[in-house]
Amino acid sequence: MTVTKRTVFHLITEVLIYAALVSVYLALVLHFLVGWLKELSTKEPAVYAAAAILLMIAQAVGLERVASTLVHVTRQRKG
Amino acid sequence: MYFPISGVHLDPIYLVLIGFVIGVLGGFFGVGGSFLTAPALFAAGLPMNYVVGTDLAHIVGKSIVAARTHRVLGNIDMKLAAIMVIGTIGGSEAGVQAIEVLKKGSHVELVVGTVSIVVFTGIALFCAWESWTALRLNQSKDQHRDPTQNRKQDVTAIDGFAKALQRIKLAPQVSLPHSGIESISFWAILFVSFIGGIFSGFLGGGAGYIRMPSMVYLLGIPTHIAVGTDLFEIIISASYGTIRHAMNGNVDIVIALVMQTGAALGARIGANLTQYFTGPRIRLAFAPLPLLGAIVIAQKLLTSHHP
Repeated sequence: MTVTKRTVFHLITEVLIYAALVSVYLALVLHFLVGWLKELSTKEPAVYAAAAILLMIAQAVGLERVASTLVHVTRQRKG
Repeated sequence: MYFPISGVHLDPIYLVLIGFVIGVLGGFFGVGGSFLTAPALFAAGLPMNYVVGTDLAHIVGKSIVAARTHRVLGNIDMKLAAIMVIGTIGGSEAGVQAIEVLKKGSHVELVVGTVSIVVFTGIALFCAWESWTALRLNQSKDQHRDPTQNRKQDVTAIDGFAKALQRIKLAPQVSLPHSGIESISFWAILFVSFIGGIFSGFLGGGAGYIRMPSMVYLLGIPTHIAVGTDLFEIIISASYGTIRHAMNGNVDIVIALVMQTGAALGARIGANLTQYFTGPRIRLAFAPLPLLGAIVIAQKLLTSHHP
């Protein structure tokens, strides 16, 4: 396999695994959080604001780590 | 999928795809991408006040991912970012207050939309003209250039503004060795970031569409460092804007979290791509993006009814 083909193959593999993980994450985690966040947004706007920013930062750091690990693992396995 | 916080139905795949595209562009150009996200969310049916706040929340997540990659590439001037944060937060607060005043008069969509069109069109035309001129200058210099020269060494067609601003000796003066600037007034940096902050709070997004070109043309920062530093600064300023808008009921965090899943991947790709392009090429590629945003907003305003 040429270097370009291998790079594209790695990228597609990473995106597919990432998409599968993210779909499960969205279906499970966000499904359970929606009701709680809706209640907070109407009754406790200050707590909602804090929860919103913390959730976003946690998700960004988490997904960044997942993406980095995927790149590392797929490239290591397939050479 | 129903999003109960804002009370709208949106396709989550559409949101992830917007996030991905904006992530690539944001990582590459150092902007929040609100010139595209805002019209895309507005066109999908999200009310404008939610568009502004939700977009800011999504930008926080995307910028964390992109800034981390730029930090590895050496594209962040931490000293510059620290000063800019002060001005941006002050400006952002002024912008948020302006939105609240407009909400009371129920003209928010018309005013924010019209201001966006004017600002986006102006930036697009200026960047296109300047970067095209800089590329032509670059081509004539290329004949005498060392082929091993660094891509990050920048050329701009207009360096008069930056030189004039650097000549203002209003204490305290600061040096930015990472950006190659010997001495510049603290107040000049604060002024540029304050203006960016006003746009961030008023129009939503991180206002990178104003700040990135301002850093290059007004402060004289090399494009690659302007991109990375802007992204780092956007994390702080957009976080502040998100909290302020969330407290005022303008953020649907669930929509932002769905978008960010696509943006996280796109931002990594975009940030890594910058190492293959020169400054003028990055700016030329940037030019049509704000114009596209202006066209979408204009189309939406023309087809909706206002009192």
